[in-house]
Amino acid sequence: MIRWRRHLGLLVGGAAVAVSVVAAGAAPLLTPYGWDEQHLEAAFHPPTPVHPFGTDDLGRDVLTRVLYGGRYTLALAGSVVALAGLAGMMIGAFSGYVGGWADEGVMRATELVMAFPAIILAMAIVVALGPGLVNAGLAMGLVWWPPYARLARGEVLAVRTLEYVEAAAAIGQTPWGIFRRTILPNVLPGMVVLATIDLGAAIVTGAGLSFLGLGATPPAPEWGAMVSAGRELLAQWWVATFPGLAIFLTVIAFNFVGDGIRDVLDPRRRGS
Amino acid sequence: MGRYLFRRALLGLPTLVGITGVTFLVSHLLPTDLVLINLGDRATQSPGLVEAFRHRWGLDRPVVVQYLIYLGSLLRGDLGTSIATNRPVLTELALSLPATVELATVAVVVAVIVGVSLGILAAVTRDSAVDAVARGAAAIGVAVPTFWFAILLLSTVYYRLGWAPPPGRLTSGLAPPEPITGMYVLDSLLRGRPDLFADALRHLALPVVVLATIGVGFVTRITRASMLEVLARDYVRTAQAKGLTRWAVVLRHALRNALIPIITIGGTLYAQLMSGTVMTETIFSWPGLGRYAFSSAASLDFPAVMGVALVVGAIYVAINLGVDLLYVLVNPRVRFR
Repeated sequence: MIRWRRHLGLLVGGAAVAVSVVAAGAAPLLTPYGWDEQHLEAAFHPPTPVHPFGTDDLGRDVLTRVLYGGRYTLALAGSVVALAGLAGMMIGAFSGYVGGWADEGVMRATELVMAFPAIILAMAIVVALGPGLVNAGLAMGLVWWPPYARLARGEVLAVRTLEYVEAAAAIGQTPWGIFRRTILPNVLPGMVVLATIDLGAAIVTGAGLSFLGLGATPPAPEWGAMVSAGRELLAQWWVATFPGLAIFLTVIAFNFVGDGIRDVLDPRRRGS
Repeated sequence: MGRYLFRRALLGLPTLVGITGVTFLVSHLLPTDLVLINLGDRATQSPGLVEAFRHRWGLDRPVVVQYLIYLGSLLRGDLGTSIATNRPVLTELALSLPATVELATVAVVVAVIVGVSLGILAAVTRDSAVDAVARGAAAIGVAVPTFWFAILLLSTVYYRLGWAPPPGRLTSGLAPPEPITGMYVLDSLLRGRPDLFADALRHLALPVVVLATIGVGFVTRITRASMLEVLARDYVRTAQAKGLTRWAVVLRHALRNALIPIITIGGTLYAQLMSGTVMTETIFSWPGLGRYAFSSAASLDFPAVMGVALVVGAIYVAINLGVDLLYVLVNPRVRFR
């Protein structure tokens, strides 16, 4: 308990993450406007108490859209990290456990994907399948799994020859049983740490794809797409500034949480 | 060392062939119709046109044959022809690559100088106010979304304050220097045009600040962590006990031993900037590789996309090789193997 209290960054970051998740979830309760509610006569209204973040070209309340926008951005980043992390973990752990040719092949594949200009591949995939959150997530997932696979493989190699694994085999457990009950639990903590640290990067990348017009499509209030909509509006600075600020603060919060969790779970790598 | 370089370059080949293979597979297995996208409505009106298009780009042959033909012309240094512009992909790459190299190189140099200085300061003054500021700056640099930061800078520094020129590589109307390297900053100096040099430098400033800020975040973090580890070693205490000045200990004894992770992150950063500057280049109208990749992908111009992927992959392999060579320079115990 005392150890947790020392991690101020984890607490502050955790609180900020909680705020952004709750704000996205409870958006309808927090704002009197709808996310697609247009008031053309009030277009480009600068920030005032009525519209704290101003209004955009269609007179939509920017604060409202930022609140709702968290749903898209957080859901995309969360599902990419969860699914790619899970797939990467299974691939890597399996490859490390089986060894031999399968292992060699999987490791070469991870190197290839990591050497590949990921954003270019993602762009090509999204263009071909059509823009949209699901396709953007699919494209991200295809290039997102290798670090998980490599970490999981390393952890498996470290425990595979230990005595309790041998003991599990000696009491007659099947290889699959050993893999599931004895090996995987050793891999999980590292995966959780990596996934938390990774969430910030996933948020930026996902929002970036939407910024380029490859992710969420208008009128969806996704943060990256909103920044893109305000891109040419240099005089109406608030249209692009506030959704970007939301991305920035959320990523900082997730980074604090990730670093904090790593310090708590993995004291060896503290401060790096 | 020559043999080592040769062997390492050979080892990069399978990676590059793999990259062409993956791009080719993706481009030909995706559920999309190249013909429809490139010909649009005309395709539905005239079947002959479709036939001719498919034949022109070799789409009427089996995928494996298409791929082998591609590899064959690759061996002759032919990267194919862009569907969108009908010009050789190699020519177009030669035009856009220097712009990206210029931007990425200046950004990495700035990021490493600032990041290493900040990281050393933070480590030496651990837990002080200076350390807190450096760590804060690093946390911000790592988290700030490039595209948003770029727009913020444009709207304040250029639009509101007028301190920076509008997007682009040169003031419009100015003729770029006769190409030698294709990098305006270098070429203007080589051609003896200080006026063009100053103009090109002013146009570089904002995109470099954007890219370097993110780099500074990563470099500062790694430098600080690596320096903290080294500063706690016995030989650092010995150096202090000998009565060396504090800065001699930090710079000559500690920093040299802390360099390996810093070089690694510097190389990773450089490789990323070479391929990942799509947004910065788009926002600052920088006619580099990132923008070329984006416009090619957007029009599904696959010969061009494959060319970009190949060049970026080759740069990645080359930078990794350079990083390994630097390891040997800073640590004589590492040997060429």
